[in-house]
Amino acid sequence: MARKARLKEIRGPITANERAEGVLLKLKDALSSLLFSGPSFIGVLIFFIVPFGVVVYYSLIRSSLNPEFVGLDNYLNLIKNSTFQTAARNTAIFSATAVPLAVVLSLVLALLLDTRIPLKSQFRTFFLSPMMVPVASIVLIWQVLFNQNGVVNDVTALFGAEAIDWFKSDHAPLVVILLFLWKNLGYNMILFMSALANIPTELLEVADVEGASPLYKFFAIKLRYLSPTVLFVAILSLINSFKVFREVYLLTGNYPFDSLYTLQHFMNNMFKSLDYQKLSAAAVMMAIVMVVIIAVLFIVEDWFGKDVEG
Amino acid sequence: MKKKHYIGRAITFIACLIFAFAFLMPTVLTITNSFMTETEIDANYGAVFGTANTGKTYVSEKVNLKFIPDKVSFSQYITVLFKSPDYLFKFWNSVILVVPIVFLQLGIASLAAYGFTRWRGKIRAAIFFFYVILMLMPYQVTLVPNYLVSDWLGIINTRSAIILPGAVAPFSVFLLTKFMRRVPYSLIEAAKIDGASEWHVFTKICLPQCRAALFSIAILVFIDYWNMVEQPLILLADETQQPLSVFLSKINAGEVGLAFAVATIYMVPTLLLFLGGEEYLVEGIAHQGSVKG
Repeated sequence: MARKARLKEIRGPITANERAEGVLLKLKDALSSLLFSGPSFIGVLIFFIVPFGVVVYYSLIRSSLNPEFVGLDNYLNLIKNSTFQTAARNTAIFSATAVPLAVVLSLVLALLLDTRIPLKSQFRTFFLSPMMVPVASIVLIWQVLFNQNGVVNDVTALFGAEAIDWFKSDHAPLVVILLFLWKNLGYNMILFMSALANIPTELLEVADVEGASPLYKFFAIKLRYLSPTVLFVAILSLINSFKVFREVYLLTGNYPFDSLYTLQHFMNNMFKSLDYQKLSAAAVMMAIVMVVIIAVLFIVEDWFGKDVEG
Repeated sequence: MKKKHYIGRAITFIACLIFAFAFLMPTVLTITNSFMTETEIDANYGAVFGTANTGKTYVSEKVNLKFIPDKVSFSQYITVLFKSPDYLFKFWNSVILVVPIVFLQLGIASLAAYGFTRWRGKIRAAIFFFYVILMLMPYQVTLVPNYLVSDWLGIINTRSAIILPGAVAPFSVFLLTKFMRRVPYSLIEAAKIDGASEWHVFTKICLPQCRAALFSIAILVFIDYWNMVEQPLILLADETQQPLSVFLSKINAGEVGLAFAVATIYMVPTLLLFLGGEEYLVEGIAHQGSVKG
């Protein structure tokens, strides 16, 4: 405050001319900033925000022909719909299994490559390669592996298990989880590897000198520094797990076995019948669920990682 | 002590080998099988794809997983390239959907990222945070708004219905902003003092500094859209315009050998990008780090 006053004393009072110049400069700044961000802002407005507003509106009215406000009726109808229940349950079960597996296994891969072994960069390339292979290209092999007469059944037969058609059994989600992990682990692993490389080495050296066990070093030091990455990988895997419709669709088409019927299948069918009310209610509900999940993960991460930040 | 160390490393190495096998096996099998003749494919996989029902002879009732063909043959490729134009059309469909999206998204995003880098403030921070949330939304949320707009604009069932939302998708904006914020601010300030215009600073200072970032984001966007299935199913119901990623799964049982060849051809662009740009790709992924800041 005192400094400001002294500055004023030195440079004298601001003239009206200077003030006008300042305002002009600010205006120019605002204008050029808008010119740069404009295309993106407009695009996001047109393709996401405005229509999402309409989606919210649609979810609250009886139908587009009879725009009577019905409150939460559409949502209640949706929740009571048994197909929706199946789809939501399947998606929730899939995400709840696949996401923790994706986080833990990709961390394991990153830790494996954090040791001193030969061919490290080749291994990294191999682990990462599935992300660059379109799912559509390898579904044939997946079908060969998990068919009734497939290779996996030959292996399970060695242990006395009976041959099953994996895609038409209750084990079908397991097959999709394997495909999901195959595709996504490499990407997550890179995120963990870069986080591991950023841990201050002095800290680990001190721990070594003090004779800390590898397990202690992992849980007391590394995991603390990795917590923001754990959060990010969890969010990323969660989003990817909602996209697993792609794998299911390519493997089994539009009408899969019950245990593989996901939310996106449900949405696709609603699109076919152009049931805007159910579609809108489902989209809004999904958005709310996503925001809540992300918020919870943020809070957890804040609480867990606060002593290493800053 | 030392001995124990070696054993640990050996175990780690073997674990890596096992993982490597699992990660490579599907891709390698698809590629090698594409060089088999139709007869050999039938002999090996007839039991899976039911070619027996179509009257063809097949040898075993069990599947025979084979890495190396008995006789390397290009017959499947010759069929795909010269006798069934359908697959090439679908491949071209993929190209003309994905390439415009990559260029438009990067163009719009680099402008926006410069905006987010150069001008800060509470409102901008809030907008950026909103972009992050939007980026994290799954298709179940974004496809409904996309469908509505395409319907209003009358572009449903045309390529624009996929290209335009793709062009303004927030992913590149987020990642590119993170990269651009690492450009030393002193560089920008020095140029401004020398009287450079914003456009000049953007094109001559910021973009060249972010060249590697742009390339890595281009790879990420390309693979994402090359792999798309959800959008074309809903926004582009016309099958003749659908990309190969959707069509591949519809190849019928009689053409399994062909399917392997088409599947391999479909991997070529992304695998080439991978071989040529792995370092950029890794850099691009690593920079996402955390969704914060």
